[in-house]
Amino acid sequence: MTQLASADKKKRANTAKPTAMKSLEVEGHEATVGEVFTENPKMTMRNVNVYYDDKQAIHDVSIDIAKNEVIAMIGPSGCGKSTFLRSLNRMNDTVDICRVEGEICMDGENLYAPKLDVVELRARVGMVFQKPNPFPKSIYENVAYGPKIHGLADTRVDLDEIVENSLRKASLWEEVKERLHQGGTGLSGGQQQRLCIARAIAVSPEVILMDEPCSALDPIATAKIEELIEELSENFTIAIVTHSMQQAARVSHRTAYFHLGRLIEVNPTEQVFTMPEHQLTEAYITGRFG
Amino acid sequence: MTESINHLEKIKKSLSRRNRAEKRFRWYGRTAIFIGLAAVLVLFTDIVNKGHGAFRITYIELEVTYDQDRIGVNNFTDPKELTRGNWEALSKTALRTEFTYVSGRSDKRELYGLISSGAGFDLKDRLLENPLLLGETERVWLLADDDIDTYYKSWLDGDTYSARMSAKQLEWIDELHQQGKIRLQFNSNLFTRGDSREPEQAGIRGAVMGSLLTLILTLLLSFPIGVSAAIYLEEFAPRNRWTDFIEVNINNLAAVPSIIFGLLGLAIFINFFHVPRSVPIVGGLVLTLMTLPTIIITSRAAIKSVPPSIREAALGMGASKYQTVLHHVLPLSLPGMLTGAIIGMAQALGESAPLLMIGMVAFIVDIPGGFSDPATVLPVQIFLWADSPERAFIEKTSAAIMILLSFLIVMNTVAVWLRKRLERRW
Repeated sequence: MTQLASADKKKRANTAKPTAMKSLEVEGHEATVGEVFTENPKMTMRNVNVYYDDKQAIHDVSIDIAKNEVIAMIGPSGCGKSTFLRSLNRMNDTVDICRVEGEICMDGENLYAPKLDVVELRARVGMVFQKPNPFPKSIYENVAYGPKIHGLADTRVDLDEIVENSLRKASLWEEVKERLHQGGTGLSGGQQQRLCIARAIAVSPEVILMDEPCSALDPIATAKIEELIEELSENFTIAIVTHSMQQAARVSHRTAYFHLGRLIEVNPTEQVFTMPEHQLTEAYITGRFG
Repeated sequence: MTESINHLEKIKKSLSRRNRAEKRFRWYGRTAIFIGLAAVLVLFTDIVNKGHGAFRITYIELEVTYDQDRIGVNNFTDPKELTRGNWEALSKTALRTEFTYVSGRSDKRELYGLISSGAGFDLKDRLLENPLLLGETERVWLLADDDIDTYYKSWLDGDTYSARMSAKQLEWIDELHQQGKIRLQFNSNLFTRGDSREPEQAGIRGAVMGSLLTLILTLLLSFPIGVSAAIYLEEFAPRNRWTDFIEVNINNLAAVPSIIFGLLGLAIFINFFHVPRSVPIVGGLVLTLMTLPTIIITSRAAIKSVPPSIREAALGMGASKYQTVLHHVLPLSLPGMLTGAIIGMAQALGESAPLLMIGMVAFIVDIPGGFSDPATVLPVQIFLWADSPERAFIEKTSAAIMILLSFLIVMNTVAVWLRKRLERRW
């Protein structure tokens, strides 16, 4: 670990230069300010570096995510918040040129350990994507897919129950119960996104990652999803990447501010939006850039 | 102010120029389409004009007596004796009873020339089917010789071709015509018989069966292999120099002239593995080699067209790579793959060059019943008939082309229909 970190530092000295020159403000940044670590962490990230080929996208990020909290990740475009989120359930594995270094643990277990199976990991860490992406199958099949492949339901009745519960939790049941066997792609954008959330929670994950889940939706659909996130936080730990600061302010308990691949500040949401500790955070939330 | 007016003027001027250019371009397009359609139309009318005659053929009505002495067969259940029987005697006697006044050797030979040399065997089949006919006399329509057929059809059309007819034969045909004893009938032989040296007896059944057997083998081999290769290359293979190299070479293979595949098949399958020549097995193997690149390329395109968000959704649910491909990518790309396969099959159906190299150009009379029976295929049959000197083969060639084209049109229609039917939107 220490070896790894020192190697990272060397690498950073080489690769981070061009980025640092672009923004002098980041140059002086050494450590993340604010309440980075928690007492009761669900996931712990230490010195995470992510590279695309030899371009570094994430610089030395350390942060905890507490149990049953909603943490929002905000920051200007291209700051690496999505990349960071995707490394939490190893979706970055699908990108050939992407390389993750450092330590990402869930309940003390390293997610990048060689013997860990990503299939199991992704059943425990669900994901909701930017663009609603239901399978071109029926609504029922969409929700039942996860339980089916993981063998969570023994009988048809069990499966029906899981599907109904998941749709209820995603506040979609009332709208679709009459047409469970019609295509999921025939729903409206907001309904599709809630279907994707239902699909994700059907396998009872411990953590749900949301990558700008409302960016393709209208304000009413967005409001519904936000309401849903609040309800879900009772049972799940949620990490949400968002472009909308209002959304972060509305749904999250803590907010992390990313800037050019570095984690600048993590603090309780209220504090971030009222009394940010770091000048970059302040500049961003007051709209001076982003 | 004046400047802005100037701008407007300039824009207006250029506008008419731009509109003219667009109009011109539209007309170029229309002309191109018109030329294409006209070419197809000319081709089709020419082929149909030449070939439609082959679907009818000339028959002559004669009084046949099934005389056991003339046939010279005692036991009608013994196949050996049956083949030795003098069946031609039946049709010849029938001709002599019709034209009692004909005498002299050369006149008789000309007379016998009216009827197809295979007519005796048709009578044999008829007798074996109805044994009660033995010793009886009946009026039967017998297949005319191909020269008679050509003459009679051309005479009916008003554009008489009598180069291969003697003066006496012309008289006899005229006599038969006046008595209503010569007529055109539907040519069922064309669809039920194999190849023959006698045009009036030649049919495409053998070639159609050969094509069918060859294509079945080609489909069974090339579709699974091609689809597996495409899935592996697209979904599982690491992106490196090796896969690039393989990709470039698959694309190159698709552009290799088909006769090269014939040479390859000759060298490998026949000379090295000693697969018998002229059989659908080796034809199917060669056409598989030829179709594989097409199927791989279209299948890869079909896989590529599946949106990555579907893959992400499945992977994000914890589906393994294999499950993602099997449950989501494959069903969504199957219509494209099937279309590619059908187009590949249509290509294989129309291919003749590689099959010439592996001996499927042989003259084969028997209709193949299995993958290891010597066979030929439709396009090669067309090639063989086009090469034959008998005039009656001209219309046969065109008829065979019509049949091949209709197969191709059906296959391509199925491909289009399948694509429309199975296409999903997301």
